[in-house]
Amino acid sequence: MTINRRRLIQAASAVPFVGALPAMAQGIEELVIAYNVTLPSWDPTVGPSAVNPTIQGLYQSVFDQFILQRPDLSPAPGLVTEWGWNEDRTQVRMVVREGVTWHDGSPFTAEDVAWSLARAADPATGNPIQFIWSTLANVRAEGNVVTADVARFEPTIFKWMTFLTGYVLPKAYYERVGAEGFEAAPVGTGPYMVDSFERNAFVRLKANPGYWGGAPEFETVTIKFVPDAASRVAEVESGNSHVTLEIPYEEYDRLREGGGLTGIAHPISDIGMIFLNDIPPMLDANVRRAAAHAIDKQLIIDRLLSGYGVPIDTLQTPEYEAYDASITVPYDPDMAAQLLAASGFSPDNPVAFTIQTTRGFKPKDYEMIQAIVGLWRRVGIEATIEVYEIAKHYELRAADTLAPAAFYNWGNSVGDPTTSTGFAMFGPSPHSVWDGQDLVDMIGPLWAEADEAARIQGWKDVDRYIADNALVIPLLQYVQPILAAPGVVVTPHASGALLPHLMRRAA
Amino acid sequence: MALLRAVLSRLLATAVTLLGAAAVVFVAVRVVPGNPVAMMLPPGATEEDVARLTALYGLDRPIPEQFLIWAEGVLRGDFGTSITARRPVADLVLGRLPATLELAGLALLIAVALGGLAALAGTRWRGGRAEGAIDVANGAGLAVPDFLWGLLLILSLGVLWPVLPITGRVNPSLDLPFATQFYLLESLLRLRLDLTLALLSHMILPALALALPLAAMIGTLLKQSLKETLHLDYVTLARVRGYPERRVIRREALPNAVLPTLTLVGVQFTFLIGGTVIVERLFSYEGLGNMAIDAVVNRDLPLIQGIVILFAALFTAVNLVVDLLYAVLNPRLRHG
Repeated sequence: MTINRRRLIQAASAVPFVGALPAMAQGIEELVIAYNVTLPSWDPTVGPSAVNPTIQGLYQSVFDQFILQRPDLSPAPGLVTEWGWNEDRTQVRMVVREGVTWHDGSPFTAEDVAWSLARAADPATGNPIQFIWSTLANVRAEGNVVTADVARFEPTIFKWMTFLTGYVLPKAYYERVGAEGFEAAPVGTGPYMVDSFERNAFVRLKANPGYWGGAPEFETVTIKFVPDAASRVAEVESGNSHVTLEIPYEEYDRLREGGGLTGIAHPISDIGMIFLNDIPPMLDANVRRAAAHAIDKQLIIDRLLSGYGVPIDTLQTPEYEAYDASITVPYDPDMAAQLLAASGFSPDNPVAFTIQTTRGFKPKDYEMIQAIVGLWRRVGIEATIEVYEIAKHYELRAADTLAPAAFYNWGNSVGDPTTSTGFAMFGPSPHSVWDGQDLVDMIGPLWAEADEAARIQGWKDVDRYIADNALVIPLLQYVQPILAAPGVVVTPHASGALLPHLMRRAA
Repeated sequence: MALLRAVLSRLLATAVTLLGAAAVVFVAVRVVPGNPVAMMLPPGATEEDVARLTALYGLDRPIPEQFLIWAEGVLRGDFGTSITARRPVADLVLGRLPATLELAGLALLIAVALGGLAALAGTRWRGGRAEGAIDVANGAGLAVPDFLWGLLLILSLGVLWPVLPITGRVNPSLDLPFATQFYLLESLLRLRLDLTLALLSHMILPALALALPLAAMIGTLLKQSLKETLHLDYVTLARVRGYPERRVIRREALPNAVLPTLTLVGVQFTFLIGGTVIVERLFSYEGLGNMAIDAVVNRDLPLIQGIVILFAALFTAVNLVVDLLYAVLNPRLRHG
């Protein structure tokens, strides 16, 4: 028998537990969280960490975004309390919250908002989302109002203000200390202030008593960076940490049921999907549709993910605006076999292609693809699995050289169809894999559609077309497992961000 | 004079080794799949955005040109800027190096102590049950890799019997009055034994995980060398003189038997430093190894290069020190 970490931990769980259970929340003076990623940089607007969704929870503890995002992904007044376009959509106008101070005590002003927007749009700063921010030009502040000209109409601009790199930074402080000084002593307006930071080790946060959204419940929060899942399990099991996330579902169930910990399993905005490339044999619609109908998504979720997952048939999850429950791609192996037969394929004469997947990047990714290949084999598809690193996937996808099928996960923390179906399926985007002109023609007009209802309906129509023609195979919406000490109440966020200021003691 | 020539020759070889390692790593990290720009591309990025970011990080130039720019910077002490941390690579790696050196040093001390004791005890009570037990322990130490020892230690002393912290280098709530990153050393020099204990409590489990395989290796080899030495004439003469067996082993046999073990320790120490990569990750210990994994995952090319060059420099330095020590300790080499 091979010994691996999971088996070791399972074996250990059989031994009577003699360790101290995590302290009750009432007794917790310093909340300790075992986090699954490290924090490379404190600038939330530049570099790879700025577009890493998992790190956003850390940034949102210290900095505020232009517009707040509620746990259900809906927007709410943040540092910007009102926002909108003018009648002819040539200008945007934002009202900035008054009475807010930066962590260093200096007053927060509309100048900070205007500067942050202009800085994000400046290509020289290296903001990865610059292409969105640059749709606004001539940003200016007057009193507590910020206005900007619309260089190119971007219907999702205000949604991006709740999303990646949409943070407000302190103009005067940043200009005084520079990028290096800011890394050493970051200043925000967020619910927590940075007390101490050890790279690759931990960040210690102190509550911002004057936070405009109300002082957080826990005065001190230490976030330990524990990238290894087995170590995170050990952290909460030993009582060294009160909260952790992203652990194997088996461990989650074990610790929730017998370990005295509270479990929160909440669907988040990450989905698992199979990209199909517009190369043979995927140019044959029968093959694509058969591949889609031959997958029993619920079975895979139940057997491999302990039931933690939500099957999906479009790239929208139920929380997203363009979700349409009437679009379905049912599991129907008989139909799959008939479709393949129409193209001359059968289990004795299968259609063959390669499917690429990561292994261990997402929970049970490789095992899911193994199961899918097994299901496909029954109807007449012989797929060969090729394992690659996620970095390789990005490179192949950017070069449009992925295999006929490729497993990937996609996040959409604003819930807008442009950042799911749009960027994943629009041919000219470097992220898309299927480049059919029919889809390009359908999606093209939606980018600048000013009528919101028409825009959302347009995306639903696109999703239906994609599902009918099986241009991609959506699999499931992921569920994020969070474990907490007894009495610590964690409010999960659909974006997957674990936010300490949303944690409180049980009544 | 012969020793000086040997040292100069080794230093020259070291420089060539480092240059070769730098070139290989530089090319390797650029030709393996995955580039940092692809990693940070957000949804919706256009071809122009890709080109802009590629140029921003200097990745649009030919690899030889990139290497020359980098090598020129290195000669000036500039190892580039980390793509993820946006700080000078030299600051980052030198900031983490002390943590790894202290961990590796502690692991080496533990390994030498445990392995030495096991070898001496096994030799003293050779042929009996004690030797058998020591052989079994050595076998287990050799068979189980360091990361597995780490997991076992976390489960036993961190979870089932939670007596020691299992992550980090120090308790985050402590205020450290240190001027350098050599926390353990500085706490000892400042006689802040409370901090020394706090640091050791965090370091002991990862250090043990790293030390146990090396201790087993030292124990096995040293015991074998001791046994062989005990059959030599001068040792027999010592026995004839009536010296007790304990003294015969320690004073007569050990000095000669230790030489092959010393070479092994030198070679294995470099492996031990390499082992810190996984063990530091497991214990979330803020050392160079932990940083190396993040750098690779994020394809932070300048940081990967800096870390690898530093590891290569460490390996060659350790080998150099071992060779010199061997030359000093071995009378046949010392006197030509």
